[in-house]
Amino acid sequence: MSGSVRTGSTRNPWLTWAAWRGLFRDRPMIPLVGLLALLVVAVGLVRPGMVSPGWAGVIMRAAVPLAILAGCQTLTMLTGGIDLSVGAVASMSGFVVATLVSGPGTPAGIVVALVAAALAGLVTGIGVGVFRVHPLIMTLGMSLVVLGFANVWQLQMVQTGTGVPGEFRWLGSGMVLGILPNSLLIFIPLAALILLGLGRTGYGRLLYAIGDNPVAARLSGARAWQVLVILYIISALLAAIAGFLIAGLTNIAAVTLADWYVLPSVAAAVIGGTSIMGGRGGYGGAIAGALILTVLTSLISALGFAEAVRQILFGAIVVAVAAVYARATTES
Amino acid sequence: MSVTTAAVDTARARPADMLAAWVRNNAWTVGLLGFLALLLAFTKLILPSYGVTGVQGLAISVLPLALAAVAQAIVVISGGIDLSIGSMMALTSVVAAVLMKGQPEESGVVVVVGVLLLGLALGAVNGGLVVLTRVPDIVVTLAMSFVWAGCALLVLQAPGGGSARWLKDLILGSLGSEWVPKAAVALVIIVALIWIPVRRSQFGLSLYAIGSNRLAAFRSGVSVGRTRISAYILMGLFAALGGLSLTASTGIGTPVPGPYTLMSVAAVVLGGVSLAGGRGGVFGPIVGVVILQIIRTDMTFLGVDPNLAVVAQGFILIGVVMVGSLIQLRQSRA
Repeated sequence: MSGSVRTGSTRNPWLTWAAWRGLFRDRPMIPLVGLLALLVVAVGLVRPGMVSPGWAGVIMRAAVPLAILAGCQTLTMLTGGIDLSVGAVASMSGFVVATLVSGPGTPAGIVVALVAAALAGLVTGIGVGVFRVHPLIMTLGMSLVVLGFANVWQLQMVQTGTGVPGEFRWLGSGMVLGILPNSLLIFIPLAALILLGLGRTGYGRLLYAIGDNPVAARLSGARAWQVLVILYIISALLAAIAGFLIAGLTNIAAVTLADWYVLPSVAAAVIGGTSIMGGRGGYGGAIAGALILTVLTSLISALGFAEAVRQILFGAIVVAVAAVYARATTES
Repeated sequence: MSVTTAAVDTARARPADMLAAWVRNNAWTVGLLGFLALLLAFTKLILPSYGVTGVQGLAISVLPLALAAVAQAIVVISGGIDLSIGSMMALTSVVAAVLMKGQPEESGVVVVVGVLLLGLALGAVNGGLVVLTRVPDIVVTLAMSFVWAGCALLVLQAPGGGSARWLKDLILGSLGSEWVPKAAVALVIIVALIWIPVRRSQFGLSLYAIGSNRLAAFRSGVSVGRTRISAYILMGLFAALGGLSLTASTGIGTPVPGPYTLMSVAAVVLGGVSLAGGRGGVFGPIVGVVILQIIRTDMTFLGVDPNLAVVAQGFILIGVVMVGSLIQLRQSRA
């Protein structure tokens, strides 16, 4: 492939379809960063003076929870799955902590929320890994279960009242010097862990192997069910952490707070070049995807369009980007 | 292919054997019907006054769900899935409600025909995108669910609009006996008029063929792409019918998608349609919808917290799929 690109188009390698295809296939970060820069320029043109270090900080702050949830989707999509329960799990976690602040305190609340999330992930993982339920169905069903329990919890806790703890508000919405959001304190270690875990550990390679060819992975001795159970627990824990940040960012504790994030998180992972069929992709692209979607939201609101237009554009972009990747990655 | 052999077998057999063969081929549906009967008996037991009004309410609430389940079943049989059915129903419902508000009764006919055509078009867009872009159907339809929901919000900001009188009369109330709600009759007529001819046509056979083994279907001369798009178009038609039934039963249009996508997947799985495609029909999913709806009613009667009812529905969905895949695992091993 690459040989023909070099010989066939020595004069202008950037104008050939094959060169673009190779770019999307091998180095998706380059077009993604280009698209991001283009969107930032567009925001600057639409609202002169809007693009500033402070604006960049606000964008980053809004993108961090989305990027973490996109991590859930990236990891699960690598194995050929998807996690549609991230919205419910994230909302539940933020909400549980908010109800426990005044009583047992924030640390206890965080522990309870993480344990609850891990339990949800465990059940999902057992369903997907052991019983071979389609991940889509399993996580959709799980989101119903989690939402229902969160609602029951809400009724139990109605007299204690809720309050987002100050620590979450500081983490989720605080900024250093008005530029660097505090949530990077959580996000940078998490992102490093995911990137290193995918690239450098055996577990990361197992995820790719199972997604790429489950039969070959099984014949090479990979125990898919163990990998999947751990994967969905990790995904639920990531969603819970994102839920803490979202509660801090919005200063709201509600059982449907993070439902909004489910499609954008899938969209960010898809834009980042992770294939839902499994075995292809990575987390770096998903972070870029989360930033692109957040800047796009900013652009849409700068243009004065309604929420409905944002939904339509998000959907259209996901289909368009996924189509480009599908073209670029299939040999024809 | 098993369809044709079954047909040959039954043509020769005696009626009793035919019945036995039907029961054997539709064991899951028969089991579901048995469960439904038990559930109805249980309902009568805990709520002795459950009767005409209960059945009427059940039929009205089942109609949009059943149409959504039939729509989903058609796509799933063809080996796909559509996560935008709820949004399509919202969009078609608000379009109908906006166009019918304050208009004379006769123009409602034009609106209904137009909305059904819109449903066909929405389905064609979904199917066309799935086939042409080669992006997995889950991604395309999940994204399109947001596109259609956004369009619904553009058409109507808040619940409103209206419905023609005759459209409401089509599904509200009862026909002849009080025990025969119009909504149930409408459902039977719609499914009989659209699904049965499709099922018996060459397209119906292709639908099952591409769902059960796409490569084999392609090699036997089935136009896979065209059949998949047709399945989505048919799905769009049923989603539009579901949207119309929403407008008719509530008298207004609501731009926010209801839980129909999730419920349709649940009902399809409960109804014995394999998510791998190629297996099942639309009768099972309809029974599944009725069962899910009765369970919800029973829980309300029993004073169960509605939120716990949501939990129960989630567990039923997961449990049914788990049992289903366990059975398949057993069969594939044996």
